[in-house]
Amino acid sequence: MTTIPQQRRTLSTTTGAAHSRIWGVGGYRPERVVTNDEICEHIDSSDQWIRERSGIITRRYAAPDETVVDMASAAANEALRSAGLTASQISTVILATVTHPYQTPGAAPIVAERIGATAAVAFDISAACAGYCHAIALANDMVRGGSAEFVLVIGVEKLSDFTDKTDRGSAFIFGDGAGASIVGPSDFPGIGPTVWGSDGSKWKTISQRNSWIEVRDGDISWPAITMEGPAVFRWAVWDMAPIAQAALDQAGIKAEDLDAFIPHQANMRIIDALVKQLKLPEHVPVARDIAETGNTSAASIPLATQRMLDSGEAPHGGLALQIGFGAGLVYAAQVVVLP
Amino acid sequence: MALTEQAILEGLAEIVNEETGLDTASVQYDKSFTDDLDIDSLSMMTIVVNAEEKFGVRIPDDEVKNLKTVRDAVGFIAGAQV
Repeated sequence: MTTIPQQRRTLSTTTGAAHSRIWGVGGYRPERVVTNDEICEHIDSSDQWIRERSGIITRRYAAPDETVVDMASAAANEALRSAGLTASQISTVILATVTHPYQTPGAAPIVAERIGATAAVAFDISAACAGYCHAIALANDMVRGGSAEFVLVIGVEKLSDFTDKTDRGSAFIFGDGAGASIVGPSDFPGIGPTVWGSDGSKWKTISQRNSWIEVRDGDISWPAITMEGPAVFRWAVWDMAPIAQAALDQAGIKAEDLDAFIPHQANMRIIDALVKQLKLPEHVPVARDIAETGNTSAASIPLATQRMLDSGEAPHGGLALQIGFGAGLVYAAQVVVLP
Repeated sequence: MALTEQAILEGLAEIVNEETGLDTASVQYDKSFTDDLDIDSLSMMTIVVNAEEKFGVRIPDDEVKNLKTVRDAVGFIAGAQV
């Protein structure tokens, strides 16, 4: 048994805010709108087929010279304006992405410097389509634990760079964009307990086609992201509905109390099936940003949140259930008070 | 007690009807889910999950692609029953 020396001094620790909440949300949608007809120039499909399988009508693609850092910075500035804060008040930047094309360094320090949050703690996380909800969970715990005051959370993807435009199963799904929010101290609980986890046994169901080493050593084309659609669909609906329900239960909220349901915008069919499995009452508005934005992975939940707030579909101060799920496979869900 | 193949066929037809609106009478042994019944891969997965619940069997992801016809599905479910 280890004994503690009597002369050892006790460490000082930090204490944080009693609660945290989301102060503001912002989004950036690239200018170029890509129609299903344009997608069908590279795959044997049709506008109708894509709409029936995914609910997607259009998606946005970033310009060739527009980067993950550019889009993240634009969304971050929007979130700061929404929160009524300045960049100098941001002590931490957590950036969720899987499409920043540098293995290292991460995008977060560059974004922090770009927006003027110089010297902020800044790091990327890789949790794919669940990245934003993971980052919200981390930010919440950092604010309440005392290691940060205001945390800038960003979900950003330039998936058009990692899409096989000739893959009939995935070419129509992905889009580009960035969403951001600010998590800070609160005098009421604004972020409920996060229900999160992973299932690495299914890692191949959504994956970059090859590793960078295989690309270097083999005669392999660009390692785009591919998906086993039906297997992902089963997991995303029947495994994720109980996770969403658990997030509600742990927050002490009933489905009928919700002012919005904001699932990751993976596929309209997944969204519809989740709503059915959750037995969500009809009066609860459901995010369907995917129709015009496509699947933007880590950016999809904050972008959908921004759309619902801007359109008045969801009320400021209302309760939203958000759930992210994706490659890993990983997932995270929580109930939040909308800014 | 294990269900007969006819009972499985009838139960499966109800599941297909619920998911797609197709008449239960159109769900026949020789019909292909994709070509004849026009069921896409995501609807097929919904049918599979509902069949698992109804018949108390497990149909793994890898097995689903082998279930091309109604006969394939009925046969698999019959064999998987305990």
